[in-house]
Amino acid sequence: MSARTIRYREAIREAMAEEMERDSDVLLMGEEVGHYQGAYKVSEGLLTRFGERRVLDTPIAEAGFAGIGVGAAMTGLRPIVEFMTWNFSFVAFDQIISNAAKIYQMSGGTIRCPIVFRGPNGAARQVSSQHSHAVEPFYASIPGLLVAAPSTPRDAKGLLKWAIRDDNPVIFLEGETLYGEKGEVPAPELDELIPFGCARVAREGDACTLVAWGSALQKALEAAEELAAVGIECEIIDPRTLRPLDTPALVRSVRKTHRCVVVHEHWPYGGPGAEIVDRLQREAFDDLDAPIERVAGLDVPMPYASNLEARVLPTVQRIVRAVRAACYR
Amino acid sequence: MAKIIGLPKLSPTMEEGTLIAWAKAEGDAVEIDDLLAEVETDKATMEFRSFDRGVLLKILVPEGAALAPGAPVAILGKAGEEIGPLLEQLAAQAGPPAAPVAADPGLVPAAVDPGLAPAAVDPPPGPAASDRILASPLVRRLAREQGLELRGVQGSGPRGRIIKRDLEALSAAPAPAAASHAGPAAPYLREPSRIEPASATRRTIARRLVESKQTIPHYYLTMEVDAGPLWDTRKALNADLAASAGKLEPEKISLNDLILKACAGALRREPATNVSWRDGQLHRHQVVDLSIAVAIPDGLVTPVLRDADRLSVLELSRQVRALAESARARKLRPEQMQGGTFSVSNLGMYGIESFSAVINPPEGAILAVGAVREEPVIREGRIVPGRRLRLTLSCDHRAIDGATGASYLATLRRLLEAPALLLMG
Repeated sequence: MSARTIRYREAIREAMAEEMERDSDVLLMGEEVGHYQGAYKVSEGLLTRFGERRVLDTPIAEAGFAGIGVGAAMTGLRPIVEFMTWNFSFVAFDQIISNAAKIYQMSGGTIRCPIVFRGPNGAARQVSSQHSHAVEPFYASIPGLLVAAPSTPRDAKGLLKWAIRDDNPVIFLEGETLYGEKGEVPAPELDELIPFGCARVAREGDACTLVAWGSALQKALEAAEELAAVGIECEIIDPRTLRPLDTPALVRSVRKTHRCVVVHEHWPYGGPGAEIVDRLQREAFDDLDAPIERVAGLDVPMPYASNLEARVLPTVQRIVRAVRAACYR
Repeated sequence: MAKIIGLPKLSPTMEEGTLIAWAKAEGDAVEIDDLLAEVETDKATMEFRSFDRGVLLKILVPEGAALAPGAPVAILGKAGEEIGPLLEQLAAQAGPPAAPVAADPGLVPAAVDPGLAPAAVDPPPGPAASDRILASPLVRRLAREQGLELRGVQGSGPRGRIIKRDLEALSAAPAPAAASHAGPAAPYLREPSRIEPASATRRTIARRLVESKQTIPHYYLTMEVDAGPLWDTRKALNADLAASAGKLEPEKISLNDLILKACAGALRREPATNVSWRDGQLHRHQVVDLSIAVAIPDGLVTPVLRDADRLSVLELSRQVRALAESARARKLRPEQMQGGTFSVSNLGMYGIESFSAVINPPEGAILAVGAVREEPVIREGRIVPGRRLRLTLSCDHRAIDGATGASYLATLRRLLEAPALLLMG
């Protein structure tokens, strides 16, 4: 069987199924992951295939089941904890930050916590301010956690398989708007793993580097096409994981283009977007021909109205404008 | 009605005038042809007289300001007249030039993501008061590597920032002219030259020497010195050191040590030569810190001998030896190579009779020391064997005039020909 075109949600399902098949310590738990087949149908069929001991429907109690997951990981299992959306993880913040991220250090390296927390991240069409968070700034700032934010089906599968096998707690940020996206994914026999900390060049160009991940990547690609029409060829770097961050790949690209625009859905204050700018201004200082621009979600709670929501999220138009500013054109 | 008074062109070639002193104060009545201020132009200090009658309502520039002809300097009008609108008008004129991306109506000029700090869209400050060059970090690196002078390059970025494409325009321009002189297009070489990447030291040397020769108006003064007494003094000093060393390896004073000592002593006696021209101002140095040119395998470094005028000959000799050894071992710290006030370069050990050295910016002068040679000299009408030494002083004419440099050399000769004077420091 060769590469097939499958959807992002299917890629995640395949990753989980293959790892559960390979390792009987891997289990899935979360709200509606079993009998309902997953709120976004990501876990469809897994209950039938692996049974109730390995696919567990939990009550609506994130702090509780996240804590159970952390405990299970500490005692040797490899749980995958699904949050129906990452917005609900705030209830479980303490379990993730105070326990999952700390136990390896606090036990003097004797207790590991190989757990994956996963679910959809970011805005999802009119779910309003409480349910539209891009959470990467919160989690990527915590030492002890790894953070992945795949933008394609292939990356989603390869990164999730790596995440499940990694001995560190992983924050796995999926895109609700990406679940239906299709893309080529290598055959299961190839068992492709994508290591953390390796960025991907999503598009080659020499005029300006665009950095984008998750659902923002699609907009960066569209903006790049629009800019190519006026002769500005952007290079797009998808870091794929935000912690670890592949700084050398970013620096390499900026050495080539001398300009950079960072695109992200999260708010502009701090976060990986600002972290990337910080690293580049230091490590590529002598290669910059222009200040680094950022295109961020606007600095407001997400409005419910769809016309306003569209204005708050990064738009292709804003990316085009920022690239032209960085290119002085 | 109040009006803005501009600086008149006081000579046909005047491109800039420095307003030295105001002759009127704010509130003073001004008659036609009254002296307003004194202005120094390229030719002379000129009187700036009023063409109008009224009251000096506002002085816009301080004394000492360098100004282009036409620059607003004052507001003249009736007593108590409102000048707010005029000040606003001036502020608007001094504002930033139109943003370069404004040509595309679809784009916001500042191109700031509205999601980011709104402070970023504040208007940039007016034209920089200093003459700091605005250039991107990339341009600064390229200029550093290629020894390019950025002053005078027209920047096409925001606020006139020089960006990479401005350098490309610069290097593209002279290329065709060069090609037309070159005759056959491709130069024929039997073996292509081997191109080596330049070391950081080599690039620094290249950049600084180009800067020196292109921006400093050098002139050269050569003087011959009777080196006999110096030669004998060194012999006597070394004989004494050898005698007192016992079983230890005796220290040795070199001719160069004595010459450095004399250079330092002469600088103390002739402080007008211990100066630098920097950013349009004369800097008179309070210390005598000699930069000593030391050849190293990859080039040339100039460690600094601090307070050379206060060191005994023996102490000076020890410090020079230590600096030279550090230089050859590449162990000089940056601060040991900075802040010299005067340089000395000696090629005497290679048998060089005399040479002219390039000033080590921002210093004002450098002394090139040749070899001590045995020569026939005329003394009291008779040809007798003697020892001669030739010194060439390169001076920055902006800071040191010919007579000043000559006076320094004369004092230096006096010290070298009567080395006992070196005992006095």
